[in-house]
Amino acid sequence: MTTPASTASPRLEMQSISKRFGATVALDGVSLQVSPGEVLALVGENGAGKSTLMKILSGAHQPDAGRMRIDGNPFSPAHPLDARRAGVAMIYQELSLAPHLTVEENILLGMEPSSLGWIRGSEVRAKAAEALQYFAHAGIRPDQKVGRLTVAAQQLVEIARALAVGCRILVLDEPTSSLTRPDAQRLFELIQQLKQKGLAIVYISHFLEEVKEVSDRITVLRDGQSVGEGLTRELSVNRIIALMVGREVKDLYPRSARVPGDTLLEIDRLAGLEKPVSASLILRRGEVLGIAGLMGAGRTELLRCIFGLDAVRRGHIKVGAYLGPASPVRRWRQGLGMLSEDRKQEGLALSLSVADNVTLSKLEGFGPAGLVFPRQQAAATQGWIDRLGIRCRGPEQSVGALSGGNQQKVALARLLQHDVDVLLLDEPTRGIDVAAKAAIYQIIDELASGARGQKPKAILVVSSYLPELMGICDRLCVMCRGQLRASHQVQEVSEHSLMLEATGQEG
Amino acid sequence: MDIRSIKSFLVKSLVSDSVKLVLALLAVFFLFVVAVGAQKGLAARAENQKVLAELNQAGAPAAKPAGDNRLQDPWREGWDGAMRFLSGRNLETIARQTTIVGLAALGMTLVIIAGGIDLSVGSAVALATIVIAWFLGRMPSPSIAAILAVATCALFGLLSGLAITRLRVVPFIVTLGMMLLVRGAAKGLSHEQKIDAPETWLNGLLASLLPEQRWMLVPVGVWVLIAMAMVTALVLRYTKLGRHAFALGSNEQTARLCGVAVDRVKLGIYTLCGAFAGLAGVMQFSRLTVGDPTVANGLELDVIAAVVIGGGSLSGGEGSVLGSLAGALIMTVIRSGCSQMGMPNWVQEIITGIIIIAAVALDRRRHRRAAE
Repeated sequence: MTTPASTASPRLEMQSISKRFGATVALDGVSLQVSPGEVLALVGENGAGKSTLMKILSGAHQPDAGRMRIDGNPFSPAHPLDARRAGVAMIYQELSLAPHLTVEENILLGMEPSSLGWIRGSEVRAKAAEALQYFAHAGIRPDQKVGRLTVAAQQLVEIARALAVGCRILVLDEPTSSLTRPDAQRLFELIQQLKQKGLAIVYISHFLEEVKEVSDRITVLRDGQSVGEGLTRELSVNRIIALMVGREVKDLYPRSARVPGDTLLEIDRLAGLEKPVSASLILRRGEVLGIAGLMGAGRTELLRCIFGLDAVRRGHIKVGAYLGPASPVRRWRQGLGMLSEDRKQEGLALSLSVADNVTLSKLEGFGPAGLVFPRQQAAATQGWIDRLGIRCRGPEQSVGALSGGNQQKVALARLLQHDVDVLLLDEPTRGIDVAAKAAIYQIIDELASGARGQKPKAILVVSSYLPELMGICDRLCVMCRGQLRASHQVQEVSEHSLMLEATGQEG
Repeated sequence: MDIRSIKSFLVKSLVSDSVKLVLALLAVFFLFVVAVGAQKGLAARAENQKVLAELNQAGAPAAKPAGDNRLQDPWREGWDGAMRFLSGRNLETIARQTTIVGLAALGMTLVIIAGGIDLSVGSAVALATIVIAWFLGRMPSPSIAAILAVATCALFGLLSGLAITRLRVVPFIVTLGMMLLVRGAAKGLSHEQKIDAPETWLNGLLASLLPEQRWMLVPVGVWVLIAMAMVTALVLRYTKLGRHAFALGSNEQTARLCGVAVDRVKLGIYTLCGAFAGLAGVMQFSRLTVGDPTVANGLELDVIAAVVIGGGSLSGGEGSVLGSLAGALIMTVIRSGCSQMGMPNWVQEIITGIIIIAAVALDRRRHRRAAE
């Protein structure tokens, strides 16, 4: 792997970029630079600010402070098209192609050579062929519909499109997360070719072994700051992880005495249609089990399979005394509830009231003969508003008007109102402020330890935030590429060892 | 060219969607030829039996009453019925009846490919007939009247486009409003009455051909449809507008990212759809010979059905001119066949409904299989 001369003037410079969203500081004075013919890897935990930084580069967000230069010229894109014209191309995890158009139509979309509106067909083919010359081995035919190609091939088409618009800076955001190993290898070879062509490449990945393989330099982000930078060959994987994690767990996590009881949830070699590949676990009453892992590892899919939202390919699920997969309706009846990671789209009906949202899963018992009396709904909801400290004008207020933290409490109140025994919590504290997080940790602890004279519950938590999992769970397991590994007692693991396991460095 | 490449070419063209649709059209047509024939034959046989029974009751001799002129030959009747359905005259009628829906479907194809919908085409057709009749009553210049009608409808299409792009209201709602608005405008302009118009060559556009015009095969209006269809197909295939329409319907965000002038494309497409509706209105006027503000009520649904039967996807990105025309023809053939078989109107409607659902269901299944 060649290292570019340090004297080469940088292709891209980002200097002291800062960005806040409301009260949250997403980026706090981040700087980085990439030279032509260099691959810079950008690493950091989820939420460290990588995507915000790249959105600023691509013109989707504007920075509050800081400046950018491309080849020495000031660069401040007002919108993505601006950045694209300046030669910045982004390849996201979700590809942005028009599936109904052919490969060559996609490559030249928006810049078709034409006279008086009529497309010059031969020129289109020539230009597309030129853009595709690096991809000859991929077996992509220019007249194929993009929707019929494999994900790997689509990704190549997208890179070809970036080259066709004359891109100088190529950003690859988790490009291998949906690729097979041989496809990923081919992508790495392509990256080497593009380097030789003089492109500056920013490579974002969770998989540190890939980062070691493809990059020349590494910049580590944590909590919106760049905390480390160096040549790839001089940084060990352990050093990178230490830079990524580097923070102590505060005493944010209450932990009462918990007594594990009877087994409430048991799954054995469970496989979904794509993910999970294989997952086995046992969850007892009075226990909090955490699942760590990277985005896309299949943790959400595991919960969805258990809850009956996704299809189960094989394996066993046993909820209490009930064996086998079941629909969400039956899962609720069996005493199992799920909190969705996507509060806005899936978890809550934002235009409905707090009371409607809390009682949505079980509208029985609010009046005689199956009738639902709003007053009784409101009365039941008021109890949860008081107990969880939901800040709202009352049960009638619509949930969309509440803050993220209060919305999350409403979603949690639904599980409590239904009085389920097993709670599946997917990213229960995503996007909410610290105070609300603390309140939710408190609730989880009370549920697991059986405070207030109630029976303890069994809780399964998925989170991408390791300190949180270490703080609230009794046991932890790691999911990596669809495989759920064996669980560890929380005392036996460190963030470091979990990160190693999650990035596939161990085992 | 060796055998294998010929075979692969044949297989490919058989798999091609438009060819499949045309084959489906022929199949539907053939089905109706057979059905009409069978129905006529069976009816003749039933009639014969009734006659025989009557004769028996009347105490006529048991010998074969071959001489009775009320008896028909069922085979002959059936054959004649089938041939009548296949006759040039009937084919011409089918073509004429398809023209109005077909012209409007051209514009609708563009809109649906771009992921939109236009519910105002029925109203636009009515408005066009009124504009023509109103103008002819003042100035006897049919070509200016026709151009004015098309321009008026295009203007309303442009208005729809402006509302969709500037006010950011979804096309369904905008064109639903436009449907009422344009219908109201037509009624207002005509004082809610039919407007009589002097006879001009416009009336001949869709009239049945006179014997000395036989060389034209079909009336001028049908030729207009064919020419317009070819132009639209070329625009879809070979112009930026067409390419961008597909891109828009396929993935609007991507189109925007790639620098496609999304709003301008939408404006163009809705304007064109309005213009095609206006042209359909000219044909409607030719058939009515008067301006009628209540005509073409619900036509937009026929038009959408034609596009959808022809492989257009309401979520955008798919559709073709040939498909939409085949869709329009399939509906006309069903109508014509049913009425020749003496079926009541409601049967035709049920059959059309089933065809629409079945066409889309088949299409979805094909898609799923292609995805696997």
